[in-house]
Amino acid sequence: MSVDAAPPVPPRSTLSVMLNVILNNTLRSPLRFLGVLFLIFLANSAIQNVIAGEYTLETFISQFIFGLSQGSVYALIALGYTLVYGILFMINFAHSEVFMAGAYIGFFAIHAMDESGFLHNQTALALIFTILVGMTASVVIALLLERIAYRPLRNAPRLVPLITAIGASIAIQQLFLLLFGGSPRVYPEVSLFILPGVAGCELVDGVQVCPGIDIIDGRYDVLLFGYDIRIRPIFFVVLFLSLVLMAILWFFVKRTRTGKAMRAVAEDKNTAALMGINVDRVIVMTFVLGAALAGAGAVLFALYNQQVTPFMGFLPGIKAFTSAVLGGIGNIPGAMFGGLFLGVVESVMPSLLGLPGQLKDLVAFGTLILFMIFRPTGIFGEVITKKKA
Amino acid sequence: MSLLEVENIHTFYGKIHALKGVSLVVNEGEIVTLIGSNGAGKSTTMNTICGLTPAAEGSIRLAGQALTTLPAHEIVRRGVIQSPEGRRVFTRLTVRENLEMGAFTRSDRSGMAQDMQEVFKRFPRLKERETQYAGTLSGGEQQMLAIGRALMARPRILLLDEPSMGLAPLLVKQIFEVIKYLNRETGTTILLVEQNALMALEVAHRGYVLQSGIVTHAGAAKTLQKDRAIIEAYLGG
Repeated sequence: MSVDAAPPVPPRSTLSVMLNVILNNTLRSPLRFLGVLFLIFLANSAIQNVIAGEYTLETFISQFIFGLSQGSVYALIALGYTLVYGILFMINFAHSEVFMAGAYIGFFAIHAMDESGFLHNQTALALIFTILVGMTASVVIALLLERIAYRPLRNAPRLVPLITAIGASIAIQQLFLLLFGGSPRVYPEVSLFILPGVAGCELVDGVQVCPGIDIIDGRYDVLLFGYDIRIRPIFFVVLFLSLVLMAILWFFVKRTRTGKAMRAVAEDKNTAALMGINVDRVIVMTFVLGAALAGAGAVLFALYNQQVTPFMGFLPGIKAFTSAVLGGIGNIPGAMFGGLFLGVVESVMPSLLGLPGQLKDLVAFGTLILFMIFRPTGIFGEVITKKKA
Repeated sequence: MSLLEVENIHTFYGKIHALKGVSLVVNEGEIVTLIGSNGAGKSTTMNTICGLTPAAEGSIRLAGQALTTLPAHEIVRRGVIQSPEGRRVFTRLTVRENLEMGAFTRSDRSGMAQDMQEVFKRFPRLKERETQYAGTLSGGEQQMLAIGRALMARPRILLLDEPSMGLAPLLVKQIFEVIKYLNRETGTTILLVEQNALMALEVAHRGYVLQSGIVTHAGAAKTLQKDRAIIEAYLGG
């Protein structure tokens, strides 16, 4: 057919252009088409739910706050996956056990301090110490992993360290099971009051007491946007501490000598070695950073989830890995954002869609699948090109 | 005693015998060039000296001290600095950060700042692009950055691997000007690997010709330029 025989193009409205783009995009693959149908179905049930008045702003706000807090823990763990991936191009599936070790060993510290009374006399100090113990435990596990399981396989095909990581994950779980048994350990209930007087005073046995806000175990009804919303300050504490840790990490990677060396090693190991950078040391440093963040996240997580078991790492671990992929694996802001995003989505979406809350894992991994269909590189992800020489 | 002495080195990639007993020396203050066709083992020789592909046999000494068994980052500390083939700047680091990486082994802040000014003076384009990511630079600018980065380490001996590769003729000329300048004005000792044998022999004092992992010719650059066999094989006629 000759070119000049093409029919005249009719003027097109914005709407028809948009429709065209959407259709072109959807029809490119049957999977995308199904994905779009599914998204339309989801949007529809959410709208129906809101119209029917089953879903209120009140629910949204409290779920959103919980989601941010849970998400910040995911983000802390996700950073460990993403840092290691950025440098070694391997997924450290044993990272969930690095997390578990932090929470578990942290339990022994906080439990001992509970017995001795230190936890109640010097609560703030005791909590900081617990976090430090958790971080240390995680770092030790990560160092062992790197040295024993991963370093000997540095030049092996990529599948080999991946499978090793899964093996190491199971081995660490079983080791903890063997050493400490399978029954859950429970973090003690702690109260830490700040800002005396803010929450009002009361008379107890004739004495005026102004306890302030309990930022660990407290639950308060706060008037927000005209709704009485039950708020646990611990969620804000977790979010705040996580953001502080992430800011420190960001500064470290962007500004310090070792941070710059990390980025150089991530890009090109041989050339980094030609700069005089000890590549092995930088790799160890990466594991240490990721583990320290996971260990801190683990203790924070345990403070409001309370139960710890040798198997507790699996779900947060796999969710954090999902977060890292959602954000674009290997990308640091991606892991931070992906964690918060997943935390909020899995917390808010079930009731918005009219699903029971127990189905939040379905929502989380469903989100992953939708991302794999529509944006496989993740939110901040770049297309990874093979450039290695 | 020469500054760099490479004696009878053998290097393997798996089962491939890439270097079959290469020997060469570089004296203080010299430019020595290593020429040869693709796959002759030029880059392998460089990487073996730098410890990236350790020698299975033979010895490498810097000012009499053995480098052969040291890891790559230790060799850099001794002052053997390579600007690798293909430039290999860190594309996701800024120009300034790349230069800082070049000075990674140093801790004298004032000396580093001074050397960075020196590099910026030599390559004003880098100063203009100081805070840009190196990935955004053109090929010629990246090559300047790669050389500047190597200079930031204050090399005792500078190994330049194919600095003119993939550059426009005008830039090639500029790069060779820089090499001459570094040697004449700052006394930098240079081992230069080049595909552009003609220009390399022009700036070098001495040269080695490498073929299939063996040194076939060695001598003063002036002599090699007139050698019939070399003219036919590498100088295009």
